[in-house]
Amino acid sequence: MSLTHFFQHFTNAIYLGSLYALIAIGYTMVYGILRLINFAHGELLIVGAFIAYYGILIFHLPWWLSFLVAIALGAFVGVSLERIAYRPLRQRDAPRISLLVSAIGASFFLQNIGLVIIGGRHKAFYRPPFFAQTTQLGEVSVMNFLFVIPLVTLLILGGVFFLVYRTRTGMAMRALAKDYPTARLMGININRIIAYTFALGSGLAAIGGIMYAMRYPAIHPLAGVLPGIKCFIAAVVGGIGNVPGAVIGGFILGFLEIMGIAFFPHLAGYRDAIAFIVLLLILSFKPTGLMGEQVVEKV
Amino acid sequence: MLELKDVHVYYEGIHALKGISLRVEEASIVTLIGANGAGKSTTLKAICNMIPYQGSITLKGQDLKKVKTHEIVYQGMTMVPEGRRIFTNLNVTENLELGAFARQDRKEVERDLEWVFSLFPRLKEREKQQGGTLSGGEQQMLALGRALMSRPKLLLMDEPSLGLAPFLVKDIFKMIETIHQEKVTILLIEQNAHMALKVADYGYVLETGSVVLEGPGKELIDSSKVKEAYLGREVEV
Repeated sequence: MSLTHFFQHFTNAIYLGSLYALIAIGYTMVYGILRLINFAHGELLIVGAFIAYYGILIFHLPWWLSFLVAIALGAFVGVSLERIAYRPLRQRDAPRISLLVSAIGASFFLQNIGLVIIGGRHKAFYRPPFFAQTTQLGEVSVMNFLFVIPLVTLLILGGVFFLVYRTRTGMAMRALAKDYPTARLMGININRIIAYTFALGSGLAAIGGIMYAMRYPAIHPLAGVLPGIKCFIAAVVGGIGNVPGAVIGGFILGFLEIMGIAFFPHLAGYRDAIAFIVLLLILSFKPTGLMGEQVVEKV
Repeated sequence: MLELKDVHVYYEGIHALKGISLRVEEASIVTLIGANGAGKSTTLKAICNMIPYQGSITLKGQDLKKVKTHEIVYQGMTMVPEGRRIFTNLNVTENLELGAFARQDRKEVERDLEWVFSLFPRLKEREKQQGGTLSGGEQQMLALGRALMSRPKLLLMDEPSLGLAPFLVKDIFKMIETIHQEKVTILLIEQNAHMALKVADYGYVLETGSVVLEGPGKELIDSSKVKEAYLGREVEV
């Protein structure tokens, strides 16, 4: 493989990895606080992508405004989801399995409402010219979004880390992940912090959805299922509940997918299989995930 | 300051509190003693609105029934929960800052952080360490320090000496007196009746959900009935 080809694959891997990382953070943060796998998270990606799509197509918004609206509305949909599908169960102390079933139901609901309203035909997502222009790098030409977006993602990831580890709200989120009743005694309004968590996770999912749609520009209401499941697995491999773990898991998955076929092009059809076999191996050696919490507790 | 009038709690099918009335005067230390299962922790949970109850609980005349658990600390009342319940995944400083979550006066909070560190130099040594790596005694100091960070007018303490070595228990009680000198009113729940009554201005003895005896701390120490209640009978479940 020539250096330029390697570079091209490398950029692709960074792109996919950062996209997965953004989505995996949403899974891991919600799990950390609610001990719930938010199965509807994959649908939130597509909600974001479709809002961005229609913002440009129907409302003729400039692409950047449409993207911002999609992120904001995506966050709103996530918060509403928690309000409607999870909070009522939580407040009646429902067993965790009921919450999970509610999450699966919400996922199906969003998929099917999408099919009813939008229809199942694939739509071509609009790539803004700024992102679609190509830059010549030696022998290969690469579309701008392949480097612009990872840079934006790194900034966003930095922001997320700052929020979680350096602000009062982030501290409250981490406290909630450990102990609800005591967090309440400290004056933390649990419902509010959970709503913030959903807003953050869903906003990131919307960003991920837009990025995904730029990479694979045919979107339809069921398109969130596969990336959703992949990012869930990335979060588990990183150690579910752990934010840096989700980022690491996302990048590992992105690199495995791209580099797997870069080095073994004749195995291209096994792209996902190669990635998942490696992930299974990682989990069999580290069952709690790479950054899974070690239990250090004294009673 | 705090007043309970005829408080009843039905908890998981048990009549856990059978009409408790008690008063905590401003700037005093009041203790609630009794055997395991007498209803001590249940009383605190009712005060913090963590469980439903009948009867009335008021703080400076204000009805606490309408105050949700996460709003309690804004009323100047802070609880040190049983079993310490520090946040094991947060470091010592973060645990303390979380204690001040309800406060807006950032500058004062910084000053109080230094004050708590001066009260508990051990915590200062371990400020960047995760809460879960502390010893039991250090965790109790952290739980106490965290509560102080909210600048409480009234401190509710649930069995602070539980599970600690005797010399640490002494330290904790010394600390309770120090805190009291800062004009903090204290309601102390203890199984260690002797130690609790020694520091308390007033005491209540609880037995299977009822107050069976009350009086100034020094008088209760000498009462033979206290020993009886404190040792308690096996609680029927």
